[in-house]
Amino acid sequence: MQKEQRPAVADWFTTEDGAIRLQGSRCNTCGTPYFPRNTLACRNPYCAAPKDGSELAEYLFSTRGRIWSYADARYKPPAPYISPDPFVPYVVAAVELEVEQMVILGQVVPGFTVDDLAVGMPVELALGTLYADEEAEHTVWMWRPVND
Amino acid sequence: MTDTNRDIAVLGAGMHQWGKWGRNFVEYGLVAARAALADAGVDHRDVGYIAGADTIRNGYPGFVAGATFAQALGWSGARISSSYAACASGAQAIANARAQILAGLCDVALVIGADAAPKGFFQPVGGERRDDPDWLRFHLLGATNPIYFALYARRRMAMHGATLDDFAAVKVKNAKHGLNNPYARYRKEVSAEEVAASAIVSDPLRLLDICATSDGGAALVLTSMEFARRHGVADPVRIRALSTVTPTFPKTVLDLPDFATDSAVAFAEPPRAFRSAIAHAAYEEAGLGPADLSFAEVYDLSTALELDWYEDIGLCETGGAEALLRSGATTLGGRVPVNPSGGLASFGEAIPAQAIAQICELTWQLRGQADGRQVEDARAGIAVNQGLFGHGSAIIATR
Repeated sequence: MQKEQRPAVADWFTTEDGAIRLQGSRCNTCGTPYFPRNTLACRNPYCAAPKDGSELAEYLFSTRGRIWSYADARYKPPAPYISPDPFVPYVVAAVELEVEQMVILGQVVPGFTVDDLAVGMPVELALGTLYADEEAEHTVWMWRPVND
Repeated sequence: MTDTNRDIAVLGAGMHQWGKWGRNFVEYGLVAARAALADAGVDHRDVGYIAGADTIRNGYPGFVAGATFAQALGWSGARISSSYAACASGAQAIANARAQILAGLCDVALVIGADAAPKGFFQPVGGERRDDPDWLRFHLLGATNPIYFALYARRRMAMHGATLDDFAAVKVKNAKHGLNNPYARYRKEVSAEEVAASAIVSDPLRLLDICATSDGGAALVLTSMEFARRHGVADPVRIRALSTVTPTFPKTVLDLPDFATDSAVAFAEPPRAFRSAIAHAAYEEAGLGPADLSFAEVYDLSTALELDWYEDIGLCETGGAEALLRSGATTLGGRVPVNPSGGLASFGEAIPAQAIAQICELTWQLRGQADGRQVEDARAGIAVNQGLFGHGSAIIATR
Protein backbone atom coordinates (compact mmCIF):
# COMPACT_ATOMS: atom_id res chain seq x y z
CA MET A 1 0.00 0.00 0.00
CA GLN A 2 1.30 3.43 -0.86
CA LYS A 3 2.28 5.55 2.12
CA GLU A 4 0.58 8.80 2.90
CA GLN A 5 2.36 11.84 1.49
CA ARG A 6 3.00 14.51 4.09
CA PRO A 7 4.78 17.87 3.59
CA ALA A 8 8.14 17.96 5.40
CA VAL A 9 7.35 21.54 6.35
CA ALA A 10 3.91 23.03 6.89
CA ASP A 11 2.60 25.86 4.70
CA TRP A 12 5.69 26.41 2.54
CA PHE A 13 4.12 24.77 -0.51
CA THR A 14 0.75 23.48 -1.62
CA THR A 15 -0.46 20.81 -4.00
CA GLU A 16 -4.14 21.60 -3.57
CA ASP A 17 -4.77 22.36 -7.22
CA GLY A 18 -2.96 19.21 -8.35
CA ALA A 19 0.29 20.98 -9.17
CA ILE A 20 2.85 22.12 -6.63
CA ARG A 21 3.18 25.84 -5.87
CA LEU A 22 5.47 27.58 -3.40
CA GLN A 23 3.49 29.52 -0.81
CA GLY A 24 4.75 32.81 0.51
CA SER A 25 3.43 36.28 1.03
CA ARG A 26 3.46 39.54 -0.90
CA CYS A 27 3.21 43.17 0.06
CA ASN A 28 -0.04 44.72 -1.22
CA THR A 29 1.59 48.15 -1.37
CA CYS A 30 4.93 47.63 -3.16
CA GLY A 31 4.45 44.14 -4.58
CA THR A 32 7.51 42.55 -2.97
CA PRO A 33 7.05 38.77 -2.66
CA TYR A 34 8.62 36.79 0.19
CA PHE A 35 9.70 33.18 0.50
CA PRO A 36 9.42 31.69 3.00
CA ARG A 37 6.32 33.60 4.07
CA ASN A 38 6.82 36.92 5.84
CA THR A 39 3.98 37.97 8.12
CA LEU A 40 5.76 40.55 10.27
CA ALA A 41 6.16 43.62 8.05
CA CYS A 42 7.20 44.42 4.48
CA ARG A 43 11.02 44.51 4.46
CA ASN A 44 11.36 46.95 1.55
CA PRO A 45 12.64 50.06 3.37
CA TYR A 46 11.34 52.27 0.55
CA CYS A 47 7.79 50.91 0.80
CA ALA A 48 5.12 53.16 2.31
CA ALA A 49 2.96 50.32 3.67
CA PRO A 50 1.88 50.53 7.32
CA LYS A 51 4.45 47.83 8.10
CA ASP A 52 2.27 46.18 10.68
CA GLY A 53 1.76 43.01 8.68
CA SER A 54 -1.64 44.07 7.38
CA GLU A 55 0.01 44.80 4.02
CA LEU A 56 1.16 41.18 3.59
CA ALA A 57 -1.14 38.77 1.78
CA GLU A 58 -0.86 35.09 0.85
CA TYR A 59 0.99 34.61 -2.42
CA LEU A 60 1.59 31.63 -4.71
CA PHE A 61 4.86 31.80 -6.64
CA SER A 62 5.38 31.24 -10.34
CA THR A 63 6.64 27.75 -11.05
CA ARG A 64 9.29 28.21 -13.74
CA GLY A 65 12.70 29.83 -13.65
CA ARG A 66 16.28 29.54 -14.79
CA ILE A 67 19.22 28.05 -12.93
CA TRP A 68 21.35 30.78 -11.26
CA SER A 69 23.80 28.18 -10.00
CA TYR A 70 23.94 24.57 -8.82
CA ALA A 71 26.08 22.23 -6.76
CA ASP A 72 25.91 18.73 -5.35
CA ALA A 73 26.54 16.99 -2.05
CA ARG A 74 28.97 14.09 -2.20
CA TYR A 75 29.11 13.50 1.55
CA LYS A 76 26.34 12.83 3.99
CA PRO A 77 25.39 16.10 5.68
CA PRO A 78 24.77 16.27 9.41
CA ALA A 79 21.31 16.05 11.01
CA PRO A 80 18.69 17.39 10.77
CA TYR A 81 19.10 16.24 7.16
CA ILE A 82 17.59 12.76 7.05
CA SER A 83 19.69 10.64 4.78
CA PRO A 84 18.95 7.20 3.38
CA ASP A 85 21.46 4.49 4.29
CA PRO A 86 23.61 4.26 2.25
CA PHE A 87 23.79 7.98 1.53
CA VAL A 88 22.57 9.10 -1.88
CA PRO A 89 24.20 12.25 -3.34
CA TYR A 90 21.79 15.04 -4.27
CA VAL A 91 21.93 18.27 -6.24
CA VAL A 92 20.86 21.71 -5.03
CA ALA A 93 19.97 24.48 -7.48
CA ALA A 94 19.49 28.20 -6.97
CA VAL A 95 16.78 29.23 -9.41
CA GLU A 96 16.00 32.72 -10.63
CA LEU A 97 12.27 33.37 -11.06
CA GLU A 98 11.61 35.95 -13.76
CA VAL A 99 8.23 37.03 -12.41
CA GLU A 100 9.35 37.51 -8.82
CA GLN A 101 12.92 38.59 -9.68
CA MET A 102 14.41 36.52 -6.93
CA VAL A 103 16.43 33.35 -6.45
CA ILE A 104 15.01 30.36 -4.56
CA LEU A 105 16.98 27.28 -3.50
CA GLY A 106 15.71 23.76 -3.86
CA GLN A 107 16.98 20.25 -4.39
CA VAL A 108 16.92 19.00 -7.97
CA VAL A 109 14.69 15.98 -8.56
CA PRO A 110 16.57 12.64 -8.26
CA GLY A 111 18.15 11.26 -11.39
CA PHE A 112 19.91 14.45 -12.45
CA THR A 113 23.58 15.10 -11.71
CA VAL A 114 25.59 18.30 -12.06
CA ASP A 115 26.67 17.03 -15.49
CA ASP A 116 23.07 17.36 -16.70
CA LEU A 117 22.70 21.00 -15.61
CA ALA A 118 23.92 24.42 -16.72
CA VAL A 119 23.56 28.00 -15.51
CA GLY A 120 20.61 29.52 -17.36
CA MET A 121 18.84 26.19 -17.91
CA PRO A 122 15.04 26.37 -17.54
CA VAL A 123 13.49 24.41 -14.68
CA GLU A 124 10.07 23.97 -13.13
CA LEU A 125 8.82 23.20 -9.68
CA ALA A 126 8.13 19.56 -8.83
CA LEU A 127 7.00 17.61 -5.79
CA GLY A 128 9.70 15.32 -4.43
CA THR A 129 10.23 12.96 -1.52
CA LEU A 130 12.71 14.32 1.00
CA TYR A 131 12.69 11.16 3.12
CA ALA A 132 10.35 8.33 4.06
CA ASP A 133 9.74 6.75 7.43
CA GLU A 134 7.32 4.11 8.65
CA GLU A 135 4.45 6.56 8.78
CA ALA A 136 4.74 8.58 5.60
CA GLU A 137 6.62 9.93 2.61
CA HIS A 138 7.74 13.40 3.64
CA THR A 139 7.55 15.68 0.63
CA VAL A 140 9.35 18.87 -0.36
CA TRP A 141 9.60 21.19 -3.35
CA MET A 142 12.28 20.39 -5.93
CA TRP A 143 13.44 21.78 -9.28
CA ARG A 144 13.18 19.73 -12.48
CA PRO A 145 14.89 20.64 -15.78
CA VAL A 146 12.47 21.27 -18.65
CA ASN A 147 12.74 22.12 -22.31
CA ASP A 148 12.78 25.83 -23.09
CA MET B 1 51.34 59.97 8.98
CA THR B 2 48.85 62.43 10.49
CA ASP B 3 46.21 60.99 12.76
CA THR B 4 42.59 61.25 11.80
CA ASN B 5 40.21 61.69 14.71
CA ARG B 6 39.09 58.09 14.24
CA ASP B 7 42.47 56.38 14.44
CA ILE B 8 43.25 53.94 17.20
CA ALA B 9 46.56 52.16 17.80
CA VAL B 10 47.23 48.44 17.68
CA LEU B 11 49.76 48.13 20.46
CA GLY B 12 49.78 44.37 20.80
CA ALA B 13 48.87 41.29 18.75
CA GLY B 14 48.90 37.66 19.83
CA MET B 15 47.62 34.28 18.71
CA HIS B 16 47.34 30.67 19.69
CA GLN B 17 48.31 28.39 16.83
CA TRP B 18 45.39 27.07 14.75
CA GLY B 19 44.88 23.31 14.67
CA LYS B 20 42.89 20.51 16.23
CA TRP B 21 44.12 20.65 19.78
CA GLY B 22 41.09 19.22 21.52
CA ARG B 23 41.23 21.69 24.38
CA ASN B 24 38.77 24.26 25.70
CA PHE B 25 38.46 27.53 23.79
CA VAL B 26 39.23 29.51 26.96
CA GLU B 27 42.78 28.18 26.92
CA TYR B 28 43.35 29.37 23.33
CA GLY B 29 41.97 32.80 24.15
CA LEU B 30 44.07 33.10 27.27
CA VAL B 31 47.28 32.20 25.43
CA ALA B 32 46.47 34.74 22.70
CA ALA B 33 45.55 37.45 25.23
CA ARG B 34 48.71 37.00 27.24
CA ALA B 35 50.77 37.12 24.03
CA ALA B 36 49.05 40.34 22.92
CA LEU B 37 49.56 41.94 26.35
CA ALA B 38 53.24 40.95 26.37
CA ASP B 39 53.63 42.30 22.84
CA ALA B 40 52.11 45.61 23.96
CA GLY B 41 54.02 45.73 27.22
CA VAL B 42 50.75 46.30 29.08
CA ASP B 43 49.63 44.65 32.32
CA HIS B 44 46.12 43.23 32.11
CA ARG B 45 45.11 45.15 35.25
CA ASP B 46 45.64 48.33 33.22
CA VAL B 47 43.11 47.25 30.57
CA GLY B 48 39.92 49.32 30.87
CA TYR B 49 37.75 47.30 28.53
CA ILE B 50 37.67 43.62 27.55
CA ALA B 51 35.78 42.73 24.38
CA GLY B 52 35.09 39.05 23.80
CA ALA B 53 34.02 37.51 20.48
CA ASP B 54 31.50 34.75 21.20
CA THR B 55 31.39 31.17 20.03
CA ILE B 56 28.11 29.27 20.08
CA ARG B 57 29.75 25.86 20.23
CA ASN B 58 30.87 26.03 23.81
CA GLY B 59 27.58 26.65 25.57
CA TYR B 60 27.27 29.16 28.35
CA PRO B 61 30.93 30.27 28.62
CA GLY B 62 31.09 30.73 24.83
CA PHE B 63 28.00 32.96 24.80
CA VAL B 64 29.59 35.26 27.38
CA ALA B 65 33.12 35.18 26.03
CA GLY B 66 34.04 38.62 27.40
CA ALA B 67 33.41 37.57 31.00
CA THR B 68 34.89 34.10 30.41
CA PHE B 69 38.20 35.53 29.23
CA ALA B 70 38.15 38.24 31.92
CA GLN B 71 37.76 35.57 34.59
CA ALA B 72 40.56 33.46 33.08
CA LEU B 73 42.86 36.48 33.09
CA GLY B 74 41.87 37.28 36.68
CA TRP B 75 38.96 39.62 37.41
CA SER B 76 40.34 43.13 37.17
CA GLY B 77 37.26 45.32 37.33
CA ALA B 78 37.45 46.14 33.60
CA ARG B 79 34.29 46.89 31.66
CA ILE B 80 33.37 44.09 29.25
CA SER B 81 31.28 43.11 26.24
CA SER B 82 30.50 39.91 24.37
CA SER B 83 29.71 39.94 20.64
CA TYR B 84 28.18 37.34 18.37
CA ALA B 85 28.19 37.93 14.61
CA ALA B 86 29.38 34.59 13.23
CA CYS B 87 32.58 35.15 11.20
CA ALA B 88 32.43 38.89 11.92
CA SER B 89 32.23 38.37 15.70
CA GLY B 90 35.85 39.41 16.13
CA ALA B 91 35.31 42.56 14.09
CA GLN B 92 32.27 43.49 16.18
CA ALA B 93 34.36 43.04 19.33
CA ILE B 94 37.04 45.28 17.81
CA ALA B 95 34.33 47.80 16.85
CA ASN B 96 33.08 47.87 20.46
CA ALA B 97 36.59 48.43 21.79
CA ARG B 98 37.28 51.11 19.20
CA ALA B 99 34.10 52.98 20.09
CA GLN B 100 35.03 52.95 23.78
CA ILE B 101 38.48 54.32 22.97
CA LEU B 102 37.25 56.98 20.53
CA ALA B 103 34.58 58.08 22.99
CA GLY B 104 37.26 58.60 25.60
CA LEU B 105 35.73 55.98 27.89
CA CYS B 106 38.93 53.95 28.07
CA ASP B 107 42.56 54.19 26.97
CA VAL B 108 43.39 50.50 26.65
CA ALA B 109 41.14 47.70 25.41
CA LEU B 110 41.79 44.00 25.04
CA VAL B 111 39.93 42.10 22.29
CA ILE B 112 39.87 38.29 22.41
CA GLY B 113 38.31 35.58 20.25
CA ALA B 114 38.80 31.82 20.37
CA ASP B 115 37.03 28.70 19.18
CA ALA B 116 37.17 24.93 19.40
CA ALA B 117 35.39 23.86 16.23
CA PRO B 118 34.24 20.29 15.62
CA LYS B 119 35.50 18.22 12.70
CA GLY B 120 33.52 18.12 9.46
CA PHE B 121 30.51 20.15 8.37
CA PHE B 122 29.29 22.90 10.65
CA GLN B 123 25.81 22.03 11.86
CA PRO B 124 22.96 23.95 13.43
CA VAL B 125 22.34 24.24 17.13
CA GLY B 126 20.84 20.96 18.41
CA GLY B 127 17.24 20.02 18.98
CA GLU B 128 14.24 20.13 16.66
CA ARG B 129 14.08 23.79 15.75
CA ARG B 130 11.39 24.22 13.12
CA ASP B 131 11.39 28.01 13.43
CA ASP B 132 15.16 28.34 12.86
CA PRO B 133 16.23 28.97 9.24
CA ASP B 134 19.67 27.53 9.98
CA TRP B 135 18.07 24.27 11.16
CA LEU B 136 15.62 24.26 8.24
CA ARG B 137 18.25 24.71 5.52
CA PHE B 138 19.89 21.47 6.64
CA HIS B 139 16.61 19.64 7.15
CA LEU B 140 14.77 20.66 3.96
CA LEU B 141 17.65 21.14 1.52
CA GLY B 142 20.76 19.49 2.93
CA ALA B 143 22.37 22.86 2.18
CA THR B 144 25.66 22.65 4.08
CA ASN B 145 28.10 25.58 4.03
CA PRO B 146 30.15 24.00 1.18
CA ILE B 147 26.98 23.86 -0.96
CA TYR B 148 26.69 27.65 -0.74
CA PHE B 149 30.43 28.04 -1.49
CA ALA B 150 30.02 25.75 -4.51
CA LEU B 151 27.02 27.73 -5.79
CA TYR B 152 29.18 30.89 -5.81
CA ALA B 153 32.05 28.98 -7.44
CA ARG B 154 29.85 27.58 -10.24
CA ARG B 155 28.35 31.02 -10.86
CA ARG B 156 31.89 32.42 -11.22
CA MET B 157 32.74 29.72 -13.73
CA ALA B 158 29.61 30.45 -15.76
CA MET B 159 29.83 34.25 -15.63
CA HIS B 160 33.57 34.93 -15.70
CA GLY B 161 35.20 31.82 -17.11
CA ALA B 162 36.91 30.73 -13.90
CA THR B 163 38.39 27.25 -14.17
CA LEU B 164 39.15 24.51 -11.69
CA ASP B 165 42.82 25.31 -12.34
CA ASP B 166 42.23 28.90 -11.16
CA PHE B 167 40.65 27.64 -7.96
CA ALA B 168 43.57 25.26 -7.41
CA ALA B 169 46.05 28.10 -8.05
CA VAL B 170 44.55 30.02 -5.11
CA LYS B 171 45.16 27.04 -2.82
CA VAL B 172 48.70 26.56 -4.13
CA LYS B 173 49.44 30.27 -3.54
CA ASN B 174 47.95 30.43 -0.03
CA ALA B 175 49.58 27.18 1.07
CA LYS B 176 52.92 28.61 -0.03
CA HIS B 177 52.25 31.87 1.81
CA GLY B 178 51.40 29.99 5.01
CA LEU B 179 54.56 27.85 5.00
CA ASN B 180 56.44 30.18 7.31
CA ASN B 181 53.55 31.34 9.47
CA PRO B 182 54.09 29.85 12.92
CA TYR B 183 50.38 30.21 13.76
CA ALA B 184 49.05 28.41 10.67
CA ARG B 185 47.58 24.93 11.06
CA TYR B 186 48.83 23.62 7.71
CA ARG B 187 52.42 24.40 6.79
CA LYS B 188 52.92 22.29 3.73
CA GLU B 189 53.17 23.06 0.03
CA VAL B 190 50.20 21.91 -2.01
CA SER B 191 50.38 21.24 -5.75
CA ALA B 192 47.63 21.81 -8.28
CA GLU B 193 47.70 18.05 -8.88
CA GLU B 194 46.99 17.42 -5.20
CA VAL B 195 44.01 19.77 -5.31
CA ALA B 196 42.71 18.03 -8.43
CA ALA B 197 43.20 14.61 -6.82
CA SER B 198 41.34 15.53 -3.64
CA ALA B 199 37.77 14.30 -3.26
CA ILE B 200 34.87 16.37 -4.58
CA VAL B 201 32.89 17.66 -1.59
CA SER B 202 30.37 19.77 -3.49
CA ASP B 203 30.96 19.96 -7.22
CA PRO B 204 32.83 22.05 -8.44
CA LEU B 205 34.72 22.32 -5.14
CA ARG B 206 37.11 19.70 -3.85
CA LEU B 207 38.32 19.03 -0.33
CA LEU B 208 41.42 21.20 -0.81
CA ASP B 209 39.29 24.07 -2.18
CA ILE B 210 37.37 24.33 1.10
CA CYS B 211 38.75 25.56 4.38
CA ALA B 212 38.82 23.21 7.34
CA THR B 213 37.27 23.79 10.76
CA SER B 214 39.90 24.49 13.39
CA ASP B 215 40.68 25.44 16.95
CA GLY B 216 42.50 28.71 17.46
CA GLY B 217 42.64 32.02 19.26
CA ALA B 218 43.66 35.62 18.59
CA ALA B 219 43.85 38.83 20.61
CA LEU B 220 44.70 42.49 20.22
CA VAL B 221 45.61 45.30 22.60
CA LEU B 222 44.02 48.48 21.21
CA THR B 223 44.69 51.95 22.61
CA SER B 224 44.16 55.60 21.92
CA MET B 225 46.89 57.18 19.78
CA GLU B 226 47.72 59.38 22.74
CA PHE B 227 48.21 56.39 25.06
CA ALA B 228 50.45 54.69 22.49
CA ARG B 229 52.74 57.73 22.36
CA ARG B 230 52.75 58.09 26.13
CA HIS B 231 53.67 54.41 26.23
CA GLY B 232 56.69 55.10 24.02
CA VAL B 233 55.35 53.96 20.65
CA ALA B 234 55.69 57.01 18.42
CA ASP B 235 54.35 55.50 15.21
CA PRO B 236 52.09 52.54 15.99
CA VAL B 237 50.11 50.50 13.50
CA ARG B 238 46.73 52.17 13.44
CA ILE B 239 43.24 51.06 12.58
CA ARG B 240 41.97 53.70 10.19
CA ALA B 241 38.55 52.30 9.36
CA LEU B 242 36.18 49.58 10.47
CA SER B 243 33.04 48.73 8.54
CA THR B 244 30.32 46.33 9.63
CA VAL B 245 27.57 47.55 7.26
CA THR B 246 24.57 45.35 6.49
CA PRO B 247 23.40 44.58 2.97
CA THR B 248 21.09 47.09 1.28
CA PHE B 249 17.65 45.96 0.11
CA PRO B 250 17.19 44.08 -2.11
CA LYS B 251 19.99 41.61 -1.37
CA THR B 252 20.14 39.60 -4.57
CA VAL B 253 22.91 37.15 -3.73
CA LEU B 254 22.12 34.17 -1.51
CA ASP B 255 23.75 34.29 1.88
CA LEU B 256 24.05 31.50 4.46
CA PRO B 257 21.45 30.31 5.62
CA ASP B 258 19.01 31.91 3.15
CA PHE B 259 16.41 29.89 1.24
CA ALA B 260 15.86 32.80 -1.12
CA THR B 261 17.13 36.24 -2.00
CA ASP B 262 15.14 39.43 -1.65
CA SER B 263 12.95 40.19 -4.63
CA ALA B 264 13.99 43.03 -6.94
CA VAL B 265 10.39 43.54 -8.17
CA ALA B 266 9.69 46.71 -6.21
CA PHE B 267 13.11 48.25 -6.06
CA ALA B 268 16.18 47.76 -8.25
CA GLU B 269 19.19 46.05 -6.76
CA PRO B 270 21.72 48.43 -5.20
CA PRO B 271 24.82 49.46 -7.15
CA ARG B 272 26.99 47.64 -4.62
CA ALA B 273 26.27 44.09 -3.58
CA PHE B 274 26.86 43.17 0.05
CA ARG B 275 30.52 42.15 0.04
CA SER B 276 31.64 45.14 -1.98
CA ALA B 277 29.53 47.49 0.18
CA ILE B 278 31.40 46.28 3.27
CA ALA B 279 34.76 47.20 1.74
CA HIS B 280 33.48 50.42 0.18
CA ALA B 281 32.36 51.77 3.56
CA ALA B 282 35.82 51.11 4.99
CA TYR B 283 37.55 52.86 2.08
CA GLU B 284 35.27 55.87 2.54
CA GLU B 285 36.03 56.04 6.23
CA ALA B 286 39.79 55.62 5.76
CA GLY B 287 39.99 58.09 2.89
CA LEU B 288 41.92 55.44 1.00
CA GLY B 289 41.20 53.34 -2.06
CA PRO B 290 42.21 49.95 -3.41
CA ALA B 291 45.21 51.50 -5.18
CA ASP B 292 46.66 52.46 -1.78
CA LEU B 293 46.74 48.87 -0.52
CA SER B 294 50.02 47.05 -0.05
CA PHE B 295 48.20 43.76 0.63
CA ALA B 296 44.88 42.26 1.67
CA GLU B 297 43.63 39.51 3.95
CA VAL B 298 40.38 38.13 2.54
CA TYR B 299 38.06 35.44 3.79
CA ASP B 300 38.83 32.41 1.63
CA LEU B 301 36.21 30.00 2.91
CA SER B 302 36.74 28.49 -0.52
CA THR B 303 39.41 29.09 -3.12
CA ALA B 304 36.75 30.40 -5.50
CA LEU B 305 35.51 32.92 -2.96
CA GLU B 306 38.94 34.55 -2.82
CA LEU B 307 38.45 35.50 -6.48
CA ASP B 308 35.09 37.14 -5.69
CA TRP B 309 36.81 39.19 -3.01
CA TYR B 310 39.43 40.56 -5.48
CA GLU B 311 36.54 42.28 -7.22
CA ASP B 312 34.61 43.16 -4.08
CA ILE B 313 37.57 45.03 -2.57
CA GLY B 314 38.33 46.72 -5.87
CA LEU B 315 41.63 45.07 -6.80
CA CYS B 316 40.14 44.61 -10.28
CA GLU B 317 36.91 45.07 -12.22
CA THR B 318 34.11 42.52 -12.05
CA GLY B 319 35.20 39.50 -14.08
CA GLY B 320 38.87 40.44 -13.80
CA ALA B 321 39.88 38.25 -10.85
CA GLU B 322 41.11 35.28 -12.88
CA ALA B 323 43.42 37.51 -14.93
CA LEU B 324 44.69 39.22 -11.78
CA LEU B 325 45.42 35.86 -10.14
CA ARG B 326 47.10 34.48 -13.25
CA SER B 327 49.29 37.63 -13.52
CA GLY B 328 50.85 36.83 -10.15
CA ALA B 329 49.82 40.21 -8.71
CA THR B 330 48.22 38.60 -5.67
CA THR B 331 51.15 36.30 -4.86
CA LEU B 332 53.86 37.39 -2.40
CA GLY B 333 56.27 39.51 -4.41
CA GLY B 334 53.42 40.69 -6.65
CA ARG B 335 51.74 44.11 -6.75
CA VAL B 336 49.17 43.41 -4.04
CA PRO B 337 49.65 40.08 -2.26
CA VAL B 338 46.41 38.54 -1.01
CA ASN B 339 46.40 36.39 2.12
CA PRO B 340 50.11 36.62 2.87
CA SER B 341 49.25 34.89 6.19
CA GLY B 342 48.22 31.80 4.24
CA GLY B 343 44.53 32.63 4.69
CA LEU B 344 41.87 30.22 5.80
CA ALA B 345 43.46 27.75 3.39
CA SER B 346 46.36 27.47 5.84
CA PHE B 347 44.50 28.24 9.07
CA GLY B 348 41.01 26.80 8.78
CA GLU B 349 38.10 28.45 10.52
CA ALA B 350 38.12 29.26 14.23
CA ILE B 351 35.16 31.54 13.76
CA PRO B 352 35.23 34.20 16.51
CA ALA B 353 39.02 34.39 16.34
CA GLN B 354 39.25 34.87 12.60
CA ALA B 355 38.60 38.60 12.15
CA ILE B 356 40.97 39.30 15.06
CA ALA B 357 43.63 37.04 13.56
CA GLN B 358 43.37 39.00 10.31
CA ILE B 359 44.26 42.19 12.23
CA CYS B 360 47.17 40.40 13.92
CA GLU B 361 48.50 39.66 10.43
CA LEU B 362 47.91 43.25 9.29
CA THR B 363 49.83 44.43 12.35
CA TRP B 364 52.81 42.13 11.86
CA GLN B 365 52.97 42.94 8.14
CA LEU B 366 52.81 46.70 8.77
CA ARG B 367 55.52 46.45 11.45
CA GLY B 368 57.73 44.40 9.12
CA GLN B 369 57.61 41.42 11.51
CA ALA B 370 56.01 38.85 9.19
CA ASP B 371 59.11 36.69 8.93
CA GLY B 372 59.19 34.48 5.86
CA ARG B 373 56.00 36.00 4.40
CA GLN B 374 56.70 39.74 4.63
CA VAL B 375 55.10 42.03 2.06
CA GLU B 376 57.81 44.46 1.04
CA ASP B 377 57.34 48.00 2.39
CA ALA B 378 53.80 47.27 3.59
CA ARG B 379 52.06 50.59 4.30
CA ALA B 380 48.35 49.80 4.20
CA GLY B 381 46.31 46.62 4.39
CA ILE B 382 42.66 45.63 4.37
CA ALA B 383 41.06 42.63 6.08
CA VAL B 384 37.59 41.51 5.01
CA ASN B 385 35.22 38.75 5.96
CA GLN B 386 31.63 37.70 5.62
CA GLY B 387 29.72 35.93 8.33
CA LEU B 388 26.29 34.42 8.53
CA PHE B 389 23.30 36.30 7.18
CA GLY B 390 24.16 39.96 6.83
CA HIS B 391 27.27 40.01 8.98
CA GLY B 392 30.64 40.94 7.58
CA SER B 393 33.45 43.36 8.17
CA ALA B 394 36.25 45.31 6.57
CA ILE B 395 39.10 46.81 8.56
CA ILE B 396 41.84 49.01 7.14
CA ALA B 397 45.13 49.40 9.01
CA THR B 398 48.10 51.58 8.12
CA ARG B 399 51.41 52.57 9.59
